[in-house]
Amino acid sequence: MSREATSRAGGTSRGTGGVQPPLLAVRGLRVSYGAAEVVRGVDLTVAPGETVALVGESGSGKSTTAHAVVGLLPRGGRRTAGEVVLAGEDLAAGGERALRARRGSDIGLIPQDPYLALNPVQRVGRQVAESLLIHGLADRAGARERAVELLAQVGFDQPETRARQYPHELSGGMRQRVLIATALAAGPRLLIADEPTSALDVTVQRQVLDHLERLTRDRGTALLLITHDLGVAADRAQRTVVMSRGEVVEAGPTNEVLGGPRHPYTRRLLAAVPSLAGPRLAAPRAARTPDGGPLVVADRLVKDFPLPRSAGGRRLRAVDGVSLTVARGETFALVGESGSGKSTTARIVMRLTAPSSGTVTFDGLDATALTGEPLRRLRRRMQIVYQSPYASLDPRFTVAESIGEPLRAFRVAGRRERARRAAELLERVALPASALRRRPAELSGGQRQRVAIARALALEPDLVVCDEPVSALDVSVQAQILDLLAELQRELGLSYLFISHDLAVVRQIAHRVGVMRDGRLVETGTTERIFDEPHHAYTEELLAAIPGRRTAGQPR
Amino acid sequence: MNGVNGVTRVAGTAPHQAPSPPAVTPEAGRLAARLGYWLRRPGLVLSVLVVGAVLTAAILPELFTSRDPLTGVPAEKLRGPSAEHPFGTDQLGRDLFARTVHGAALSLRATSLAVAVGLVAGSAMGLLAGALGGRVDDVLMRCADVLLAIPALLLSLAIVTALGFGTTRVAIAVGVTSVAGFARVMRAEVLRVRGTVYVEAAHAAGARRHSVLLRHVLPNAAGPVLVFAAVEFGAVVLAVSALSFLGYGAEPPTPEWGSLVSEGRDYLAGAWWLTTFPGLTIAATVLAANRIARAWEGEER
Repeated sequence: MSREATSRAGGTSRGTGGVQPPLLAVRGLRVSYGAAEVVRGVDLTVAPGETVALVGESGSGKSTTAHAVVGLLPRGGRRTAGEVVLAGEDLAAGGERALRARRGSDIGLIPQDPYLALNPVQRVGRQVAESLLIHGLADRAGARERAVELLAQVGFDQPETRARQYPHELSGGMRQRVLIATALAAGPRLLIADEPTSALDVTVQRQVLDHLERLTRDRGTALLLITHDLGVAADRAQRTVVMSRGEVVEAGPTNEVLGGPRHPYTRRLLAAVPSLAGPRLAAPRAARTPDGGPLVVADRLVKDFPLPRSAGGRRLRAVDGVSLTVARGETFALVGESGSGKSTTARIVMRLTAPSSGTVTFDGLDATALTGEPLRRLRRRMQIVYQSPYASLDPRFTVAESIGEPLRAFRVAGRRERARRAAELLERVALPASALRRRPAELSGGQRQRVAIARALALEPDLVVCDEPVSALDVSVQAQILDLLAELQRELGLSYLFISHDLAVVRQIAHRVGVMRDGRLVETGTTERIFDEPHHAYTEELLAAIPGRRTAGQPR
Repeated sequence: MNGVNGVTRVAGTAPHQAPSPPAVTPEAGRLAARLGYWLRRPGLVLSVLVVGAVLTAAILPELFTSRDPLTGVPAEKLRGPSAEHPFGTDQLGRDLFARTVHGAALSLRATSLAVAVGLVAGSAMGLLAGALGGRVDDVLMRCADVLLAIPALLLSLAIVTALGFGTTRVAIAVGVTSVAGFARVMRAEVLRVRGTVYVEAAHAAGARRHSVLLRHVLPNAAGPVLVFAAVEFGAVVLAVSALSFLGYGAEPPTPEWGSLVSEGRDYLAGAWWLTTFPGLTIAATVLAANRIARAWEGEER
C-alpha cells in the first residue's frame, strides 16, 4: 500500500496542472520521541500555489510532521531520518541558524490555538509587524504601515483601530485572522496551517478558511493544511494526504482519496464521519407511557452572570427566557455556537447552577428551589456526561471506584455488590472487565468517555444530560460513542438532553432540536423539520457553514 | 462526500493530542529511562546519598563511628582533623565526628516534628479555609497573614521562650512558624481541585460534601503540599539548629548540630574545625533536602 500511496502522492498535482518542481518535498521523514517513533517514513510534496490537506486522527503524527518541516519539534522530539527540501534546498543542511532565517520569511506557520498563540501584552499590530522587522524587510514605520495593510487584507474593517488593540479585545475568529496576517507578513511561499480553525465555531471557521483560501490564491502561496476534519479537507484542498500511526496510508487528489478511498483506514475514517445525508441513529421513540407528561419542563429560564466591577457592574444575560420540554425516552438536542448559553441551560436543568428566574420541573416535581438532601435525592434520577473525559474522571480513582461512586453515595450496594455492578456496567458500555482496576491515565479518550457513561448509568437515571459528549474525541471514536448512546436509549428508555455545537452529530442522535443563539432559543422543532426546512435565518446560516458541502476537491 | 463535519473545539487542549510515545518493550524501556534520569542528574544522586547518610546516622549511629560522643580523652583535647579523628576533637577531648553523627538523631527528630506540626496544622487550616470559604476563609487566612508578618525566627524565639527549653519545644516553636505557609499552599490547591470537572461530576453523581472533600479534594490537593513539606525540611533544619545554637535546645553534653556550632564558637581562633564541620553538615543537609524537593516538584508537574 505504501508504495502505491507514494506513487499517487509523488505525481505532479492535477490541481495546478503544471510540471514545475514541488515547492516543498518531504522524503522519508522519521521523527522519534525517546524510543518511540511517531513519524515513520513520510513522503509529501506541495507544489507552488497548491493546497494540500494532511488529515488523520490524534496521534497520527500529522502535527509532528508539520513541526518537523519547520524544525520546531517540541522538546524530546528528534528527526532521525529523511530530508525536507524547500525550493530545491535542504532545510536541515544549514542547521538551526539557516532554518531560523527561513521561518517567517519563506515559511509561515499558523498555529492551532488562537487563544494561546498571541502575546497578551502586545498590541496585535506590533505582533503582525514583528516578522518584517526580524527579517529586516521593513523599518519601524514601514512595518507598522504594512501591518495595517495586512490586517485589512485578512478582512478587518477598521485595521488602524484593530492594530492598536490587544488580543483579549478580539474574538477567537479575529485572533486567528491576526495570526494569518502574521504568517503572511513576510510574503512566504509556503504556509503551514496546523488545525487553524479547530478552536472556532463553524460560522467563524468558514470565514477564516474563506480568507485563507482567497489570500493564498491571490498570492500563489502554497498551503499545507493540517486538519482532523475531512470536511475541511474536502472543501479546501486539491490534494489530500491521509496519515495513520505515523505513516501515510493514502495520498492523491482530494476527490479521488475522499470520493473513492482505497485504503481500509481511509474508508473507516470516512464511514465514521457523521453526515448530513447518511442514516440516523436516533431510535424510534419508545412507546409513550400512559402517565404521559414530559420528564423535564423548563419554563422561561433566565441566568445572569455579574460582570466584574470594571465593566460598570453590569450583568451578562447568558440564558434569556429559554423554555423547553424533554419527553420520556426522547433525545432533545440544544445546538448553538460557543457563548450561546446551551451549556448553562443544561447546567440549570441539572441544578448545578441556580437560575436567576424561571422554573425547572422534573417529573412533576418543582426542582428549582431544592437544596441539600432533597436535591441530592433528585440527582439519583438525573446524571451528566461531560465534554472532556480527560477532566471528568478523578485521576486517582480506578475505573471501578469511579463507576461505583454514585452507588456508594446513595448506599445502594455494599462493597462487593458495587464491584459486581461496576463490572456489569462496564460490559454495558463495551469495555473489558480488566479495565476495572485501571486509572484514567491508562485509558484512551474514548474508553474514558465510556467509563463516564457507565458512571452516569449506575443509578439507572431517567435523564442523562450529555454536554458535548463526543466533541473531544476522534471521529471514529465519536461514532462508537454515539452508537452506544443510541443503543442505551433503546434498551433503557433513557431521556437525553444533548448539548452540541455539531449539527451533523445532532442530526444523528436527536429526536427534537432547539437552536440557541445569544442566550435565546431561536427555533425548536423535530430534527427532520429543522434540517429540511429551517425557519430561522440563523439556523440556515449554521447549516450552510458545515464544511464538506462543496464539490469535493475541485481545482479552483 | 456529502456533509462531513466534526469541529473539535478542545482538540488543542486534549492531552492525547501530544504525541505519547508508547514504550517499545515496557520493562526494559522503563528501566533504561529511569537509569538515564539519574545519570543526567549527578547532583540529585549526591543529594540522595547525603540525606540517606544523615537518616542512617540518626537511626544507627554505630554504623559510622564506634566512639562514644560523651566521654572525652583529656590528653587528646583540641586536636585538629586527622585519620583517627576525621573532624578533630573538642575542648574535652571528645571525638567531634562521633558527636556530629550522634547529633543527627536529635536534630532530625526535632526537624521531623516541626515539619509534622506545620504540615498537619497548616493543612487542616488550609483545607477548612478552602473548603468552607466565606467568613471562615477570611478569618483563617488573616490569621495566616499575621503569622507571616512576624519574622519566623523572632516568632519561634518568642514561642520557645514561653514554652521553655528542650528539643521538643524548639521543634513545636519552629513548626508553628511554618503553619501559615502550609495553610496557603493547601488552600490554593483545594480551590484548584474544587474547580475541576471531576469534583463537580462527583457532586452531580450525588456524593455528599464531606465525602467529596475527603475522597476527591484532599488526595488530589496533597501532592504539592507534600512537596512543600520537603522544601520546608531544609529550612526547618536550619531554624532548629539556629535555636539550639542560641541555647534553647538540648541540655549539654547531649550533642545537637546547632549546639555543636555554638560550643565551638569559643575556640574559633584556635580550633576552626569545631564550628566548621558541624556547620558544613548542616549546610550539606539543607542543600541536599532542597535539591530533592526541587526534583520532586518537577515530577509533580
